[in-house]
Amino acid sequence: MTVPATTAASLDDPALRERFLGMVGDGDEYAAVELTTSLLDAGVPAQQILLDLIAPTQARVGELWAANEWSVAREHAATAISERAVAAVAGRTMVRPHRGRVTVACVDGEWHALPVRILAEILRLDGWRVDFLGASVPGPHLVTHLHQTGPDAVAVSCMLPTRLPRAHAAITACRSAGVPVIAGGRGFGPDGRYAQRLGADAWAGGAREAAGRLAGDWPPPMDDPYRTPFLGDEEYTYVVRQRPVLIDTALRRLAGAYPATGGYDQRQQEATAEDIAHILDFLAAALYVGEETIFTEFTGWTAGVLAARGVPAAALLAGLRLIRDQLRDYPAATRMLDAATASLRDA
Amino acid sequence: MSSYTPPDSGALLAGAAATTAPVPADPAPALLRTALDATAESVVLCADDGHTIVWINTAAAVLAPGLRPGQSTTTAPLGALARAAAAGEEAFQDRHEGRHLRGRRRQLDERHYAWYLHDCTDEVERAAALEAERARTSFLAEAGRRLSASLHQGRCLRTTVELAAAHLADAAMVVLPADRRHCTWTRRVRGGPVEEGSLRETVVSEVPGLAEALGGFPPIPTRWLDAAQAPPWLLPEDFGPIGALLVTPLPGNAEPAGALILARRGADARFTTEDESLARIFAARAGAALSAAALYRDQVDTTAILQADLLPPELPQPDGIELAGSYQAAREALRIGGDFYDVFGPTERSSDTLVALGDVCGKGPDAAVLTGKVRQTLRALRLVGTPPVDMLHVLNQALTESARQHRFVTMVVGSLSRADHGRVRLTLATGGHPPPLVLRADGTVEEVPTSGTLIGAVARIAVRPADVELGPGELCLLYSDGLTEARGGPAGSEQYGEQRLREALASCRGMPGVAAVERVRQLVSDWVHNGSRDDIALLAIRAPDRTPLSLRGGGAPSSPFAIDARRPERRSRTRS
Repeated sequence: MTVPATTAASLDDPALRERFLGMVGDGDEYAAVELTTSLLDAGVPAQQILLDLIAPTQARVGELWAANEWSVAREHAATAISERAVAAVAGRTMVRPHRGRVTVACVDGEWHALPVRILAEILRLDGWRVDFLGASVPGPHLVTHLHQTGPDAVAVSCMLPTRLPRAHAAITACRSAGVPVIAGGRGFGPDGRYAQRLGADAWAGGAREAAGRLAGDWPPPMDDPYRTPFLGDEEYTYVVRQRPVLIDTALRRLAGAYPATGGYDQRQQEATAEDIAHILDFLAAALYVGEETIFTEFTGWTAGVLAARGVPAAALLAGLRLIRDQLRDYPAATRMLDAATASLRDA
Repeated sequence: MSSYTPPDSGALLAGAAATTAPVPADPAPALLRTALDATAESVVLCADDGHTIVWINTAAAVLAPGLRPGQSTTTAPLGALARAAAAGEEAFQDRHEGRHLRGRRRQLDERHYAWYLHDCTDEVERAAALEAERARTSFLAEAGRRLSASLHQGRCLRTTVELAAAHLADAAMVVLPADRRHCTWTRRVRGGPVEEGSLRETVVSEVPGLAEALGGFPPIPTRWLDAAQAPPWLLPEDFGPIGALLVTPLPGNAEPAGALILARRGADARFTTEDESLARIFAARAGAALSAAALYRDQVDTTAILQADLLPPELPQPDGIELAGSYQAAREALRIGGDFYDVFGPTERSSDTLVALGDVCGKGPDAAVLTGKVRQTLRALRLVGTPPVDMLHVLNQALTESARQHRFVTMVVGSLSRADHGRVRLTLATGGHPPPLVLRADGTVEEVPTSGTLIGAVARIAVRPADVELGPGELCLLYSDGLTEARGGPAGSEQYGEQRLREALASCRGMPGVAAVERVRQLVSDWVHNGSRDDIALLAIRAPDRTPLSLRGGGAPSSPFAIDARRPERRSRTRS
């Protein structure tokens, strides 16, 4: 993973990044592939193209979507083009595996595959034999794969905290199968602080860090995977099991609490139901991990996304109140909802 | 002895009120001394002044024969006592001539104190035995847990040598039974990495006891194995001379799963009877894990061969047509099920590309086998130039006339060809399958007006095909009903439904086929939330964009690479 310093300058050029962003934003696969391969031909190391051009561009794409500057279609198209650019880089760089075998996967329900795909390529370039299982890998598929290939490590990615309960199940299952787990992705919280609580053997903030961690002192000593404390309590269980009822009740009361919704058509009502479901899913994740910030960060971020689309914070606040009214007997959930409400009011 | 009483100790032993009364209030010094001599506790009476030993009782004289009155405890021939006295400590514990001694000091009056010595050898040995038993139990518990964790043979082998080299010996090696005249081995020296390799079957007999262990004979006791006879290749050179060798079979499925070789270094190394029996118990667990892994591998190898033809194919990328597919099996580890799609490229008879997507009744391997037959039939029909409608008729006949009844299939078959101006022409025929949807350039979604009877149910079916033309950027989606019937949503049990699918597809306007398919999959996955899933197959056919600008809002400058990128070989890129 050493990178010659002489070629670094070309990727630092902001005009180049802007050009690449334009290409993926136009859905111009051929231009994007052409650019990456010409960089390879010019001697820029593949790792740099992946991590210093494609990955930051993809981060920008996400920001542009959140800011409502790009449509969801454009975001998806751009991601598909970035994926092709990664494939082009991968197809032109052969590395003889000399380390071991790694399985790379997104947890069940997690669809942000590109960062994980980039990680897979970085590990391959670092000499690992990599099995990339892609987006949203159900736990049983992952464990079957482990029994069949016996890798030295599993890298699991989770970008959204709502997938943490499933990530926990997957991590425990992998470790029970005797394979140590390295976790990654924003879903594991700032500095990956939830990764350890969910039983992961290691956490990496990025692909470089992951490659460094795996190349170093690996495997870590394996303790009993079931020795980590049980996560989730009866509040979590209640919110998950009562989800349909909580959503339904909230929707029925919504018209009274927020009259503007009275005239919603079917499509708008469904979108509202989805929003309430989202609030509940993040609340459940926060309860599962026992971490209020999972919930408050979500509400803060959502308020920003809604503001960019001209939706006032009052709508979100109404949603929080409708859920809170139904969870009065659940102190942790109430505390989280109150904290979120307070920080939205302050903002 | 009783006639002489040292002046210092006399007062002490005599007590405060010696008397000759018939019923003495305090016993005589001689009686006290006798009483002290009779206890099992060793007593060494000392004067503060120079730590001089004043008197010792019989037990102390037996325990530490070198001790004499008049000596200073700091130089006494009992090292631990001397050190403790010199350091002014109150207690010590040490070994002395094979015994475990514990001593504690008690001040008796201003000028005297005594060391009470206790022989705790039995206690210590019992504790050590208990500790060893606990260590064995915890080792076996760890071994059980780790060995049962994986069904992968390589991992089981690595775990076996890791555990054995950490707990049983300085080096551990597993040798597997010969396969094509070679035995693979896995070994580890304590503190080192796991190594793997293979050796010729003929050299197995060079290792004492190995041929017997691999041959299924009872293990030879370690004391009969001459470690010096071990060949130099057995362990790495820097291991040094092997002091003791233990070779034990790994019991398997009615034949040994392999042999475990343990080695300890150093001239006086040996394996005790307890070590040997622990190694046997461990070997039994390792053997069971390895045999389970071997069985599993056989199953996996077989399944993989059967599965290979049933998995969705790598899609060809015909020039001027974009194809993207997605297949998700119901939550089973096997990844195969009753939905399928396939694409057949141009043949000598036809320049068209043929696509098919279908759903056979049932789930799992049984359904998957039928999909394999259907796909093979389509492939053959394709080679003789059968058009889509006739394919469905022939397939229906084949299924209704087959011996196994009630095997229905619904499917869509289409033939694709390029038309002028970057357009793609499709002829689609359906047999009881949901009609494909078309996403137009303006974002509207249409249903393809084709209909037909379920295949495999009745002798004669009616099929009404339809022709569709896709302009640049337009997309046709073939899907299985697992998609529209996926249950979830806010209520948890509502079907995804065709209306939502139409809206989802409309939101894919301008996306490449791959992105559109991925987005639809994702929306359904989000809809299903934590519920159960059915098989879902998706296949998108898209006419590529003429310009890369369809997503752009305004007239931003085109990329300098855009012209270059229109080269004809652009589609020759291999899929990752």
